Amino acid sequence: MVNADRTEDPPLLQMRGIVKQFPGARALDGVDLEIRAGEVHCLLGQNGAGKSTLIKVLAGAHQPTEGEILLDGEPVTITHPVAGLKLGIATMYQELDVVDGLSVAENIYLGHELATAGFSQRRAATANTRALLTRLGHGDLSPHREVGQLSAAGKQIVSMARALSHDARVIVMDEPSAVLDAEEVTNLFRVVRELTASGVAVVYISHRLDEIRQIGDRITVLKDGRTVASGLPVAQTPTAELIKLMTGRNVEYAIPQRDAVPPDAATVLRVDGLGLRGAFSDVSFEVRAGEVVGLAGLVGSGRTEILETVFGARKATAGTVQIEDRRLRAGSVSDAVTAGIGLCPEERKSQGLILDEPVYRNITLSTFARTAKASFLDEGAERTVAREQIQALDVRPSDPDRSARTLSGGNQQKVLLARWLVHGCRVLLLDEPTRGVDVGARAEIYGLIADLAAQGAAVVVVSSDIPEVIGLSDRVLVISEGRVVHDGPASDIDEHRVLDLVMEGSAA
Amino acid sequence: MSEQDVTVPAADESARIERVAKPSQKRSGLLTGATGRNLGLVIALVALCIFGVITAGERFASIDNLLTILRLASVIGVLSIGMTFVITGGGIDLSVGSVVGLSSVWASTLATQAMAEDFHWIVIVLCALGVGLGAGVINGVLIAYGKVVAFIATLAMLVAARGFAEIIANRRTQVVKVDSFLDFFRSSPLGLPMLVWIFLVVAVAGWFLLNRTTFGRRTIAVGGNPEAARLAGIKVKRHTMYLYALCGLTAGIGGVMMLGRTTAGSSTNGQLYELDAIAAVVVGGTLLIGGRGTIVGTVLGVLIFSTLRNVFTQNNLSISAQAIAMGVIIVVAVLLQQRIAERSRAGT
Repeated sequence: MVNADRTEDPPLLQMRGIVKQFPGARALDGVDLEIRAGEVHCLLGQNGAGKSTLIKVLAGAHQPTEGEILLDGEPVTITHPVAGLKLGIATMYQELDVVDGLSVAENIYLGHELATAGFSQRRAATANTRALLTRLGHGDLSPHREVGQLSAAGKQIVSMARALSHDARVIVMDEPSAVLDAEEVTNLFRVVRELTASGVAVVYISHRLDEIRQIGDRITVLKDGRTVASGLPVAQTPTAELIKLMTGRNVEYAIPQRDAVPPDAATVLRVDGLGLRGAFSDVSFEVRAGEVVGLAGLVGSGRTEILETVFGARKATAGTVQIEDRRLRAGSVSDAVTAGIGLCPEERKSQGLILDEPVYRNITLSTFARTAKASFLDEGAERTVAREQIQALDVRPSDPDRSARTLSGGNQQKVLLARWLVHGCRVLLLDEPTRGVDVGARAEIYGLIADLAAQGAAVVVVSSDIPEVIGLSDRVLVISEGRVVHDGPASDIDEHRVLDLVMEGSAA
Repeated sequence: MSEQDVTVPAADESARIERVAKPSQKRSGLLTGATGRNLGLVIALVALCIFGVITAGERFASIDNLLTILRLASVIGVLSIGMTFVITGGGIDLSVGSVVGLSSVWASTLATQAMAEDFHWIVIVLCALGVGLGAGVINGVLIAYGKVVAFIATLAMLVAARGFAEIIANRRTQVVKVDSFLDFFRSSPLGLPMLVWIFLVVAVAGWFLLNRTTFGRRTIAVGGNPEAARLAGIKVKRHTMYLYALCGLTAGIGGVMMLGRTTAGSSTNGQLYELDAIAAVVVGGTLLIGGRGTIVGTVLGVLIFSTLRNVFTQNNLSISAQAIAMGVIIVVAVLLQQRIAERSRAGT
């Protein structure tokens, strides 16, 4: 992948000594980045390392306090995002910035509409859009399609086409694979390779190290707002070293081994013939105390819907959910919570946390009524309970009065886990527990899940990361197109087998 | 499963030192934080009073005039407390002014026609409260269970309640002649008018309810992130319904107070009060998008507008000029709020 000759090329883009000072916080403290034409340059770093700030500086959304940016060796100042685009630097943000109500073509030319004297040239825009989509290998996508109807992958293609419509020479992709399933990621990589083959440089941000192995040429690692390594060739840098650079310590990027669940362990959660019209049908499984059951499958297979229906957040159209002997009322979250089920949802920020409320209130969100005396809150008791959890789960920073918004993804996940621990849940449903969580915190969350199971919790885990599901679970259910296509011990299955099952399932 | 026994998996000590928690940045700037925001409002109120003393002197600074300011603030004040809950819970109630009219008319009709004099005046009060609560429950059911947008549901109630009030009143003003009722509302225990006492009691109760009870916590949670609240086991729909019922109840209280103040139930009572109440709540620092509310701020907002009116009246300035000043104050207050919100979110 790394071409030795390329090292002689002059860099397309250089950032030198970039400092970004925010009121009260130094987000970047001397970052160097050097990008060559036609390469995939991976930007690695834990949450809070400064990646987002750096790409915003590059896009012109933030102005650096110090440092310089050189394009083709010439110093440039990127005063605002439009100036960045004019220089050929396009950014695809994590939250795809497309307008759902507009068509594909309208989105691509948003902000630089093709128009003569104020009249839009729809035909030209359509034709150009078609050409761009074809270049991205998606000639089948209609320029007239409303973007709101597209999947996340489709929106990403639109976002990429928009970047190309600006004749971008550098495209920054912020965690583009986070919303994609395995097949879509393969397609994304194909597109990225075609882009780089035509001389476009791609700055690729991802937490998934295996992806970086597949697609990356060189790596720059950020830590605490500084460059700790730049231009590392992907092929010659072991994963362990990358983790060490990012975290400043050696992390076992491995899932802890757990003892087998004793055969006499009681069944805690019993799901029988559960169905939700239009999403999944006839899902049955049992989870025993101390057992971790994983739901593997692609995005859109119905995994999340199954968890949410078990929890009562969606109202089942068929089947039953039982906790021990208690049958839960369909569609009642409060019944599920009372029975001792907790759900850590996929979208932590929009579904899990009240971002502007302090951490302790987020931790006690399910239990404040219980600690209250005659409906009067006991905030002292809440803080005490929250502090215990913060300490036990190692939430950082450890201040219970800090707003949840300021925490990193991994720590927000711990806050959600803490909520259900305080509640004393016997069943925990974890949807993508490590999405957007950096490598260091990921290992901690794996450890927490193992501990919870060891203490007798019944755990159900959903994850797009197939090795993660297999590694964490005792038993794996493979879901495809809303049906369970496999149910067996995790030790008998591997990633390839899961993918085969998924393919068979969707072919059937 | 026990809550305490969770341990962190062998996170080595060096790692702990490595990721030393940054000290939390508590912002104690003059205009940030709850106390700071209220301080800003107090400063505005004091400035208004100084302006009043300079321009109107004795006429403004007399005890009588101050009690007048408070008395005129009290009806809007009570409505604003209810409105604070609805807005903190992520909603809006445009119907409160009309519900004030409807409940005052209904209660006065009862007093003048239905039962004449052979009943206790408390029945008038209960009637108005019941009407307010009922209107609030209808709003709440439509919004929480019928999934009608709050703006539309309460707009419909605004129109319909006013029309209903006109039918009941038959376009006449009903003068209440129940002396015991009027005496009660015109009394001034400890030198403070009864209406001001009612405002005070409602405000204090509202403060406790919002800041010290599970109801208040649920309100903030539902307004801050309804989906997160629902997934944490909070009954969001039911709570939303309660919020509108509470707001309707305060409108019913406002209706009785109007009746006591003006001695008459008129279908035009409380017109446009909803706007004054919303303005006071927003100027007070409650976020219109929900999730954060302040009763102290609301009370200060009510007092600012009431004082402003008084100062203008004392100086023989027109109602139109008052309206312009109120508009400016609303915009300035909201602009300041946004600045503060942005600043407290920067650096995340």
